[in-house]
Order: sequence, then C-alpha cells, then structure tokens
Amino acid sequence: MLLARVTGTLVSTQKHHKLEGAKLLLVQPLTLEDTPRSGELLAVDGVGAGVGEKVLIVLEGRSASDAIGQKAAPVDAAIVGIVDTVDLPS
Amino acid sequence: MQLGKVVGTVVLNNRNETLHGVTLLLVQPISSSREAVGRVIVAADSVGAGVGEHVFFVRGKEASFPFYPTEVPADAGIVGIVDSWHVG
Repeated sequence: MLLARVTGTLVSTQKHHKLEGAKLLLVQPLTLEDTPRSGELLAVDGVGAGVGEKVLIVLEGRSASDAIGQKAAPVDAAIVGIVDTVDLPS
Repeated sequence: MQLGKVVGTVVLNNRNETLHGVTLLLVQPISSSREAVGRVIVAADSVGAGVGEHVFFVRGKEASFPFYPTEVPADAGIVGIVDSWHVG
C-alpha cells in the first residue's frame, strides 16, 4: 500500500459495468516527506475521500475490487482509508 | 488505473485464438495536465473507445477481466471513456 494525496475528480459515463457507481479520484502517491513519488494514478474510492485529503491506496487488483464491493472488477488501484496521522519515530 | 489518450489502432493477422474479436488500441498514457507520460502501449478495449478519446486503463491481469470467461492474454485494458476531469 502507499500513501497518496487526492488531487482531483474524474467523470466517466461509459465504463465497464462493474465500475458503475464507483467514484474515481486522481491521486498522487507520496513519500514519507509528502513529496510526489512516481506518476499520478486513478483510483476507485472505497471510503468517501475528498480532494486534498491524504489517503491509503492499494495497488493490486483483488484488493481494489474488494474495496468497491465487487468481485473481479477490472480495477488495479483503490483508496482504502483516509490518513489521520503518520508517525515515523527517527 | 491511468489516464490515456487513444492514438491509434492495431490489427492482428495471425493472432492467439482468445484474442479473436478483441479490439486493440494504441494508448498514450497522459498526466492530468494532458502531457504525455511514458511510452505508447497497446491495450485491449472493452468499452468501445475510439481514436482521439480520453480513456482510463488498467494494467496487469485485471485487463482481461472484462472478457471473462475468456482468458484473454492482455496486460493493459481500457475500462472507461473519460468525459472530464477536474484537478484541485
């Protein structure tokens, strides 16, 4: 799993039927220092996240599918939690 | 998933049996600011996308799920056509 920031929203009318009703959000994966790592991704939202929030994402098909209550949905990224705090004792 | 723009089509002549009837499209991955990111890939299309349209696609085994129960040998698949997106 990765930490990420929700950066935007996306609208798609014509999509695979297993994605009907799923909210799609643009996310930017982050390092522990809150700087961008790798390119931005599109993730289905399983928790009601909003733009600007820091979230936890999974990058694996089965888990992502589970996050939106589907079996074998063609998705590879999902938001599974909204982050309150990250504590990294040095 | 990733954003992309359909830039072309691919036609196979001598194809794997399970790829019969599967539309293959050339997709340029893009960022939310519409800049090209990385190289063009070939993706299986399950939503009827066309050249010039913005789409989103999955990578990996999930690309074959729309064709279930046929086990299509694909590692990238278009699963939605994008109407619009908004950043910030």
